[in-house]
Amino acid sequence: MATNGYVAHAPGYVDNEGPKIVSERFSHPDSFTLARFEATGGYEGLRAALAKRPADVHDEVRSATVLGRGGAGFPAGVKWGFLPPGRFPYYLVVNGDESEPGTYKDRLLMERDPHQLIEGCLIACYALGLSQCFLYVRGEMALAQERIATALNEAYDAGYVGRNILDTDFSVDVVLTWGAGAYIVGEETALIESLEGNRGMPRLKPPYFPAAIGLYGQPTIVNNVETLANLGWLMVNGAEQYKGYGSEASPGTRLFAVSGHVRRPGVYEVEHGVTTFRELIYGENFCQGIREGRELKMFIPGGGSAPWFFEEHLDLALEAGPVGAAGSMLGSGAVVVMDDTTDAVKATLRVVRFFARESCGKCTPCREGTTWEERILQRILDGEGRHSDIDMLLDIGDNISPGPYPVAANPQEGLDAVPFPPKQTTICPLGPSSVAPIVSTIRRFRHEYEAKITRRDSIPVRTEVLQ
Amino acid sequence: MSFFTSANLDIAREIVSRYPAPRSALIPLLHLAQEQHGWVTGDAMRQIADLCGVTPAEVKGTGSFYEMFKFHPVGSYLINVCTNISCMLLGGEELLDHARQRLGVKTGGTTDDGMFTLEDVECIAACTEAPCLQVNYRYRLRVTNDDFDEMIDDIQAGRVDDLPRHGTLARVRQRIPADRLAGILPPDKAREAPVWLQRNNAAEDSVVG
Repeated sequence: MATNGYVAHAPGYVDNEGPKIVSERFSHPDSFTLARFEATGGYEGLRAALAKRPADVHDEVRSATVLGRGGAGFPAGVKWGFLPPGRFPYYLVVNGDESEPGTYKDRLLMERDPHQLIEGCLIACYALGLSQCFLYVRGEMALAQERIATALNEAYDAGYVGRNILDTDFSVDVVLTWGAGAYIVGEETALIESLEGNRGMPRLKPPYFPAAIGLYGQPTIVNNVETLANLGWLMVNGAEQYKGYGSEASPGTRLFAVSGHVRRPGVYEVEHGVTTFRELIYGENFCQGIREGRELKMFIPGGGSAPWFFEEHLDLALEAGPVGAAGSMLGSGAVVVMDDTTDAVKATLRVVRFFARESCGKCTPCREGTTWEERILQRILDGEGRHSDIDMLLDIGDNISPGPYPVAANPQEGLDAVPFPPKQTTICPLGPSSVAPIVSTIRRFRHEYEAKITRRDSIPVRTEVLQ
Repeated sequence: MSFFTSANLDIAREIVSRYPAPRSALIPLLHLAQEQHGWVTGDAMRQIADLCGVTPAEVKGTGSFYEMFKFHPVGSYLINVCTNISCMLLGGEELLDHARQRLGVKTGGTTDDGMFTLEDVECIAACTEAPCLQVNYRYRLRVTNDDFDEMIDDIQAGRVDDLPRHGTLARVRQRIPADRLAGILPPDKAREAPVWLQRNNAAEDSVVG
């Protein structure tokens, strides 16, 4: 297609000259073509996998401890092991419905290196005996869909996908499909509902993993795009070399998108578990600090669902354990940096409004609670706040997520951190996530809320009520 | 009367054949309908229901969950301005406000000439290039008010060539040559273990790729 020519890549990815596993080809202008992929070791991982027994491929992934990159950080090899033996067919569903606020790594992986993803899908299907792969891309990502469609067409023609792959007994179809605008479809059981042609509402748990009951009631593996993108490299280079990068608990590398008030925002591939937030935000090879003349006020360490961090958390490594103990999560690899000009209440409202809009409406605490939270925050911001509103916000939060909510320590007031994760009265974590910014900012910037409630002199004018 | 053109009906049948259950094609077919007509009509939903073996109400029931499906006419160019956190920090709301003034519509509104529909959108995954927007799901990054005006002028003057009409997403379709298809079966017809799993019974090192 002429329209799919070699246009310059959209900006976003920044080469930080560190070790690369998934972004190796990103800087080539034709990185998405089969020709470039084959010229740079492409489908060698598939060949390496096919030369092994499927169970050995699974073992390799398990021993490399490839952590899921979608948000929960669950080891892929362990998740794969939940498939009940003998209940065929099994399916693979690729979660490319990336829409967590602040996150974009899967879009780059799909746009810039679709073959790498397809190779990862094939390796997973081979290892586990999966009968069909559904590559579910977010609806809004037209270019990613185009690039994957082109790549799949090339791969089918070249014998990498479909019947008797590379002239072996391994055969699998990879079908591209896409969503239509719903954040909640990123939740794996909602994604399966959507693939079955239903409203994208999460399923009741248990079973906790669709590996037990998934697509069409069959055992199904749902993996994130970035997780699968690691597999080709892993097959060529082996688990030992994979574990040479990153920390012991979090081997390999990971893509982090850093946005907001930094000098050089970008998507960076960093060593997992070793690099710190300070290096990422202030490092010369990374974001180069807060924008001119400003100070850091707070940052979101892992996407819109994560409780917020502050100055004293900068030296934490990008690793699930320490970040969780400090009261937040690494989530989807999205860091949003806010400087001292940021209005904490306004920023909180913006994240909460997202959850209110995206709540699927299945569970009452989330459907009603997120809407209440949004309205209360809006009226505080509009200068209509009531003195009881702060407590009411916390109380609504407690109804969605009972008990102490994960939050960072506040040393000035002698308050300890509450470790991740939150409890939930809902089927999925969407509702509880809406509580994160509220609890984070009330604990740290209660005075800003109080000032807006008691002192109504600088009232921002709303030009229109957003639907 | 068929809603889908005969070419699109062929495509629709091929899409249905790619899933183990026809209902799975529901969302892809709604996209196809929107690609053909710009929005999803009642006739489209009735035909999709036939193709997927469900009722038209089920098609509407699923479709209405998803923001990208429009059940009423929208402009030829759908402009989605992101105002989520990263864009908000760098002027997304101000950009949306400017867009409203320039186009003379409220959020969700369509210009009188049917050219533009304006929406605010949740995070569209271009956070480092804030504020950003999409026109018919094609990105415009680090958009200033002047950039926005220029973009509108260009579209009105017909000077853009990377924007298909609203409804078209990927301009490349997946096609699977019949002789390359591994075979797609309903779950109850695929109970056998995949053949290559027998390799697990082979002695180590005896597997030949």
